[in-house]
Amino acid sequence: MANRTAREIYLGEGSGTGSGSQHLYVNVGPSHPAMHGVIRIVAELDGESVVNADVEIGYLHRAFEKECETGPYNNAIPYTDRLNYVSPLINNFGYASCVEKLLGIDVTERCKYVRVIMSEISRVSDHLTCIGASAMELGAFTVFLYMIKAREYLWELVEDVTGARLTISYARVGGVKADLPDAFGVKVRKAFKETRQVLEEVGKLLTGNRIFMDRMVGVGALSREETIAYAVTGPLLRAAGVSYDVRRAQPYWAYDRVEFEIPTGRNGDNYDRYLVRMAEMEQSMRIVEQALDALPGGPINVDVQGRPMDPASYVDLGKQGKTEGLLLLPITLSPNLAGLERPRHRALNVPDKRVVLPPKENTYGSIEGLMNHFMLIMDGYGIRPPKGEAYFAVEGANGELGFYIVSDGTDRPYRVRCRPPCFPPMAALPRMIEGEMVADIVPTFGSINMIAGELDR
Amino acid sequence: MDGQAILLRLTSTFGPGIVETHDHHGDHTAVVERSAILEAFRFCRDDPDLRFNVLMDLTAVDYLTYPGREFGLRFEVVYHLYSLPHNHRVRLKVRVEEDDARVPSAVGLWPIANWFEREVWDMFGIRFDGHPDLRRLLMYEEFQGHPLRKDYPVNKRQPLIGPKT
Repeated sequence: MANRTAREIYLGEGSGTGSGSQHLYVNVGPSHPAMHGVIRIVAELDGESVVNADVEIGYLHRAFEKECETGPYNNAIPYTDRLNYVSPLINNFGYASCVEKLLGIDVTERCKYVRVIMSEISRVSDHLTCIGASAMELGAFTVFLYMIKAREYLWELVEDVTGARLTISYARVGGVKADLPDAFGVKVRKAFKETRQVLEEVGKLLTGNRIFMDRMVGVGALSREETIAYAVTGPLLRAAGVSYDVRRAQPYWAYDRVEFEIPTGRNGDNYDRYLVRMAEMEQSMRIVEQALDALPGGPINVDVQGRPMDPASYVDLGKQGKTEGLLLLPITLSPNLAGLERPRHRALNVPDKRVVLPPKENTYGSIEGLMNHFMLIMDGYGIRPPKGEAYFAVEGANGELGFYIVSDGTDRPYRVRCRPPCFPPMAALPRMIEGEMVADIVPTFGSINMIAGELDR
Repeated sequence: MDGQAILLRLTSTFGPGIVETHDHHGDHTAVVERSAILEAFRFCRDDPDLRFNVLMDLTAVDYLTYPGREFGLRFEVVYHLYSLPHNHRVRLKVRVEEDDARVPSAVGLWPIANWFEREVWDMFGIRFDGHPDLRRLLMYEEFQGHPLRKDYPVNKRQPLIGPKT
C-alpha cells in the first residue's frame, strides 16, 4: 500500500485516494537570489505549472512609519532614503513636498528644476537596475554589467550633487541641501552620452532576442481591467495600455514646463514592461536636458572678494562671539559638507524662516541667524505645520509614490503614511503567475521591480 | 469634476451618511458613516460622473493622543480614491471606536483592498468584515499587539521566535 501511494505521488499513477498526481507545494525564497532574499512565494504546483501562489512579505520591515512619528519633520528624510534605495532622491522630494503642502509653501523655481533633474536621473538609474537585474536572472549577464556600468555614470552625478551615492538625504523641507555643482550640465551630457550608448547596445542584445522574447512575451500578463483594479501604477500600468503618469496627470514641480512622451504598451506582459522602461529612460533624459537648459537663476559665480577666509576659521570666530563684520565676508563653504553659500541658498530655498535653516554665514555671523538656527533645531521647536492632513503623490520609478501626513501642530508628524508603488504589483503577483510555469516566476517577479525597502517599510 | 462638486454629489446622495466634509490643502475629503461606506464606494466607483476606479491607498490613523480628539472615536480608516477617466481624487474616511474597530471590507470592489486591509489589521488591529483572509501582512503571526497604535511603545521588544517545531 505504502509503495502504491508513493508511486501515486511521485509518478502520478493510478486513481486511488490520491487521485493520481498530487499538487506539490514549493517555497520560493526568502533565501533565493531571484527573490532578492526578502520575499517568500509559496507556490502550489501541478507538475510544472503554478496553480496557486501565496506571497509573503515583511522580511525587511523596519517600522518606517512608526519611526517617523518619533522625531521632527526633517529627521524623517534619512528614513525616506531607505524606502526605494535605487532611486532615493524621488522619495526624498516626495516627502519634502508633502510637508510643504502641509505648510502651504511653494519652493523656488530653481529648486523645482533641481528636483526634476535629480528625480529623472534617479528614474533612469532605477530602470537600468531593474532591466539589468531581471535580464541577469534570465542568464543575460552581459546586460547586467552594461547596465550597471551606465548606472555608475549616473551615480557619479548623484555623488557630485549630494555627496553620497545611495543614502543621499538631499531634500530639505522648503528646498534642497545644496546647489548643483559647477559645470554640472557638461557632466550630465557626458554621462547621458555613455548611457545612451549602453541602452543602444542593450537594445540590440535584448529587443528581438529569441531567447529573451521566449521568456518574456506573453508571460506574466495582467489584463488592463485587472491592472487597474489592483491599483497598479507606473510602468506596469502603462505597459497595459493606460497612459497614466502623475507627472502628466497632476503635474508638480516643473513637469508642466518640459516636454516628454508617455510610452505605453499593449499587452501588459513582461516584454511590454521591458519596452516601456527602455523608452521611459530616453524620455527621462530628454526631461533632464530640457530642465538643464531652462534652469532659472543661471550659473551663479561665487567670487570671493576681499579677504579670502577658510570656513573653519570663520566658524571659529563665530563660535567665539567675534561676529563683528563677519556677515560682510563672503565665504565659500563646501556645498556638500557644510551647507550652502548665501547667494545660492536664496536661489534654492524658500525665504521662510520657520522652515528653512539659515545659511551658515548667518548662523555663525549674527545672533539673529543663530537664534533662527536654534529655533529650528531645538527639541519641541522646529518645523511646525498647522493641524491638518495632506496627501502628495509623485511619480516614482515604479509608479505613484504617495505620502499622507497628518499634523497635530507640533514639531513631529502625527502620522506618516507612504503609499509604496511596488506594493500593488506584489499583491497582484499571484494573479500574474497563476497558470504559468515555475520558471516564469523569475522574469515576472523581475519585471515588477520589487524594492523591499518601500514594500515592507 | 472639481472637488467641491464631488463632495456635493456625495452629500446630496447620502445625506446623513456623510458626517462632514472639508478640503484642507486642496484635498477634498468626506467622512462617511460606517453603515454607508460600502454604498458610498460603489457609488464612487460606478457613477458615470465620478468613476473612481482606482483605490490608490488605504490606511488608518490612530487619534488617541491627537490634541482635541482624545475623547472622540479613536480610529480613522482613510481611503484615497483616484479616477483614471476623469483624473480627479477624493479622500473618504470612516471613524470607528476602539471597542468596535470593524469596517466593512472593500475587497469585493477593488481586489487591492485585500493587502491594504491586511496591513491595516496588522498595524492597527482594525478588523474588516467580509475580508476573505485577514492575516498579518508585515509582521509575523506570533507578534503581540499592533505596532502603529499610539499606545504601542516605540522601543518595545518582543521575544525572538525560533523555528516552528
